[in-house]
Amino acid sequence: MRLVLTGNYAAAYAAKAAKVEVVSAYPITPQTQVVEKLSEFIERGEMNARYIRVESEHSAMAACIGAAMAGARVFTATSAHGLIYMSEMLWWAAGARLPIVMGVITRAMAPPWSIWSDHCDLLSLRDIGWIIYFCENAQEVFDTIIQAYKVAENEEVLLPAMVGWDAFQTSHTAEPVDVLSPDEVSKYLPPRRPLPYVIDFERPFTHGSLCYPDRYMEFRYLMDLSMSKAKKAIVEADEEYGDLFGRKYGGVLEKYLCEDAEIAVVTMGVLSGDARYAVDILRKEGYKVGLVRLRVVRPFPSSELKKELKSKKLVCVIDRNISIGRGGILGTEIKALLKNSSANVVNVVAGIGGRDVSYEDIVNIVKRSLDLVEKGEVPEYMWYGIDKEYVVKAVGEYYEPPAL
Amino acid sequence: MESKIKFDLITPISYPGEGSAGATGSWRVFKPIIDREKCRKCLLCWLYCPEAAIRVSEENYPEIIYEYCKGCGICANECPVKAISMVEE
Repeated sequence: MRLVLTGNYAAAYAAKAAKVEVVSAYPITPQTQVVEKLSEFIERGEMNARYIRVESEHSAMAACIGAAMAGARVFTATSAHGLIYMSEMLWWAAGARLPIVMGVITRAMAPPWSIWSDHCDLLSLRDIGWIIYFCENAQEVFDTIIQAYKVAENEEVLLPAMVGWDAFQTSHTAEPVDVLSPDEVSKYLPPRRPLPYVIDFERPFTHGSLCYPDRYMEFRYLMDLSMSKAKKAIVEADEEYGDLFGRKYGGVLEKYLCEDAEIAVVTMGVLSGDARYAVDILRKEGYKVGLVRLRVVRPFPSSELKKELKSKKLVCVIDRNISIGRGGILGTEIKALLKNSSANVVNVVAGIGGRDVSYEDIVNIVKRSLDLVEKGEVPEYMWYGIDKEYVVKAVGEYYEPPAL
Repeated sequence: MESKIKFDLITPISYPGEGSAGATGSWRVFKPIIDREKCRKCLLCWLYCPEAAIRVSEENYPEIIYEYCKGCGICANECPVKAISMVEE
């Protein structure tokens, strides 16, 4: 069935198609339509699920943990301050190895108050043991949420999964979406098996009680081990989905015109559409450019990225996030991967707080990055699109970090 | 299909057992002593004990399990008839 859906509505349809049994969430812009639609489905009896209303995101995740421990398939969604308020419970969900799936509609953190997209909220939680997917459009949101259950519930993985998409540009933009019915999806996603454990009143247990230094480390090791297995599970889940329903996304990375490329642009999320268009323009001008879009941040596609990028003349990583005092998060990781290769990595921080990054900006970024590589003047990282006059007015000077 | 993964070993699950943290009675500085003359068997002390270190005897009197009692004194504080005194070890 083809419907015109926003990214947020596509997420709600995906949770319905995955036969989610419990939803617990607290509304926040720009996530609100996800849970509005789900509550509508549940209220109308179109979805056989319980909607647990809560007073905060911290409680929403606590309710998700309880429901998942009772054996249910669980879904929630949040953004920015809701996500960070929830963050303590996110550690509990991961450590409890519960296959919860959560939509994260990325939004810039305050202050100053903002409702527009950047990826700082989601990426600040990259180290806690959740699988992290990131989508480009509404169709991918729908498909990825279903794939995320397949991966999270894989008995060799058993880790929760976040599925990210950009505020407004993906969350509120309506596009034609191929929607699968719960019956169609059940061929791909069987009912959740009660793993790793389910609350049993006949045999009560305590979860997560005090663990001494002689054993704690093994639990973290086992999470890391499962995360490394998740990569294969992600690729297989994408392949199987493609075989059954005709859409797949290249597993952990999507590549566009990469084979003969000397220059690779690396992006994540909705900017990738503009980046693809920019690649087409640059190709017409004679530049051998390709695009690598990260579809998964955790587990980090290290070997796949290294293989793809190590012999490029220029790797231009566009980060819609900033680790204050360090640079772009993806750029930092990719530089570490490529440190013993001949590739020159230019890390550009752009689009923070919803600042528009057009295809023209990306063409500009690539050309100027190439110029810096040719001059041998590549800085640690750069900001793109900073109003230097404002900076001088505010602090009297402008020097570094450099801004393109 | 039997899985090779032991699901209660990949996540920190523990099943209840007596004194799994050891004989915590050695932590005690003050020892609660119940005066059966004053005790009215209301069992508030048994209810409030945070360590479940009070058991109920056959005659329905509370009894301190000194092997685990840490000497926090909550029982003495809650006792409505002051039947529990805290005595230095």
